Amino acid sequence: MSLDRTTVRAIANLARIAVPDEDLDHLAGELSNILTFVEDLSSADTDGIEPMSSVAAMSLPMRDDVVTDGGYADKVLANAPGGATEGFFTVPKVVE
Amino acid sequence: MTYLIEGETGEWELVIGLEVHAQVVSNAKLFSGAATRFGAEPNSQVSFIDAGFPGMLPVINRVCVEQAVRTGLGLKAKINLTSVFARKNYFYADLPQGYQISQYEQPIVGNGTLTIDLADGTSKVIGIERLHLEQDAGKSMHDQHPTRSYIDLNRSGVALMEIVSKPDLRSPEEAGAYIAKLRSILRYLGTCDGNMQEGSLRCDANVSVRPKGSDELRTRCEIKNVNSIRFVQQAIEYEARRHVEVYESGGTIDQETRLFDSSKGETRSMRSKEHAHDYRYFPDPDLLPLVLDPAMVEEIGRSLPELPDEKKDRFVHEYGLSAYDAGVLVAEQASADFFETVAKGRDSKLAANWVMGDFFGALNATGRTVEDPPVSAADLGALIDLIKDGTLSGRLAKDVFALMLETGKAPAVLVEEKGLRQVTDTSAIEAAIDQVMAANPDKVAEIKGGKDKLMGWFVGQVMKATQGKANPAMVNELLANKMKD
Repeated sequence: MSLDRTTVRAIANLARIAVPDEDLDHLAGELSNILTFVEDLSSADTDGIEPMSSVAAMSLPMRDDVVTDGGYADKVLANAPGGATEGFFTVPKVVE
Repeated sequence: MTYLIEGETGEWELVIGLEVHAQVVSNAKLFSGAATRFGAEPNSQVSFIDAGFPGMLPVINRVCVEQAVRTGLGLKAKINLTSVFARKNYFYADLPQGYQISQYEQPIVGNGTLTIDLADGTSKVIGIERLHLEQDAGKSMHDQHPTRSYIDLNRSGVALMEIVSKPDLRSPEEAGAYIAKLRSILRYLGTCDGNMQEGSLRCDANVSVRPKGSDELRTRCEIKNVNSIRFVQQAIEYEARRHVEVYESGGTIDQETRLFDSSKGETRSMRSKEHAHDYRYFPDPDLLPLVLDPAMVEEIGRSLPELPDEKKDRFVHEYGLSAYDAGVLVAEQASADFFETVAKGRDSKLAANWVMGDFFGALNATGRTVEDPPVSAADLGALIDLIKDGTLSGRLAKDVFALMLETGKAPAVLVEEKGLRQVTDTSAIEAAIDQVMAANPDKVAEIKGGKDKLMGWFVGQVMKATQGKANPAMVNELLANKMKD
């Protein structure tokens, strides 16, 4: 499978990575190689095999519904960009 | 009745599907041990997991899983014993992880049904497509500062159930009835408090239109995050009319997300096309598949309370109530319980009339709730007993009820204190009648001359002469006899 420049630009945009135009061709080639490598998997015969979403042969452990965490706003906010204001994170205004 | 929009080219039918986000009732969050209480100081209920710090791993809350199963069973839905959590990737300031942990291809609950009750007395079964568990995002505030948005992550990571209907709804009324019934069921189950003001229940509406009689599905628009039933209905109606106008003027509808502006009563486009969403779902590598023990599901099934539909049927059959009255009483479990306490061993129709009439009226007037009533169910029941045993007429009972509200005293105490006992002594009532007749010989003559309408006036005068305490039925009967003499 090969990717074109437009697709690479779209993927970069979704991941919020700034990619200069001159890098697009190179990246398209690299990503295409990775996809081709992974596509080898589709040659394996998986008829009658349960789809697998984890490599660990166990199910999800659960915890009790008890409050055991939180209560440290100062620590959560310690690295807030630009510092915290009145206990809030602040970001450039985003209104839709 | 079918709801149609009259266009220039013909009639149009609505196709509506609703996605309801219901906040799960739990102490701690879906994947962290931070608290979920509403209204806490900003960022005080945030763990490093909820804030998306590096190296943090989610561990699922058992109760949140049980609540989702309970809700699924309440919606008569298929419980999927294996479900998988997936990451829904997008960037937004109140989503610190950069993705929401949700369920995509394998939700915990599959197809179910919900029966809605409409104003014309009919019911309609609406399909439930699925219910899945997911994390809530934090809360953004845009009105605190001229150039900055404020972010509070207290809600980040709180468990939500996204409940998706099939596109079976055909009118704003049906959409409203769906939300009301879903809210009622969630509250009965105790899985969501249903508080729309606090955002515990939020609704997205998918709306499209098609020519009447067609069965095509046209492009739909999604209206996001509407927080009251009335606004959902307004938003659907506005959006459907917009579609009709676009189609009739030769245009096409683009699939998009729109926002409802309740102050203007209109929807508007929310996200521009170049940011068309591509969530790139994939199974969350931090979480193993969620596998449920069938015994756990069965146990939850056995512990389900009687739900509104069954309770309504029982009220109709057991108490002889109309479907409408039963529907009003069962909408909230507390009202249904209150009614049953009042009605137990008594005239159930009289009990329903008192609960839905004077009692609900008193709740409105006092701003109190059924959980914290101004008059207890036992006292209201005792009042009905006093009507039944003839101590009070219906009219006197209303006076006593007003005094109960005012003083909080039991009805029997008030009857004794204020001497409100109904007069059923024939001679006392006859004496009062004689007195009124003697004072109004001209009107007596008119009645005897055939002017029956004056009888009502006489009854009123006799009641007045007895301070409202005479038994009205006896007054009528004795007065009629006297006039024949």
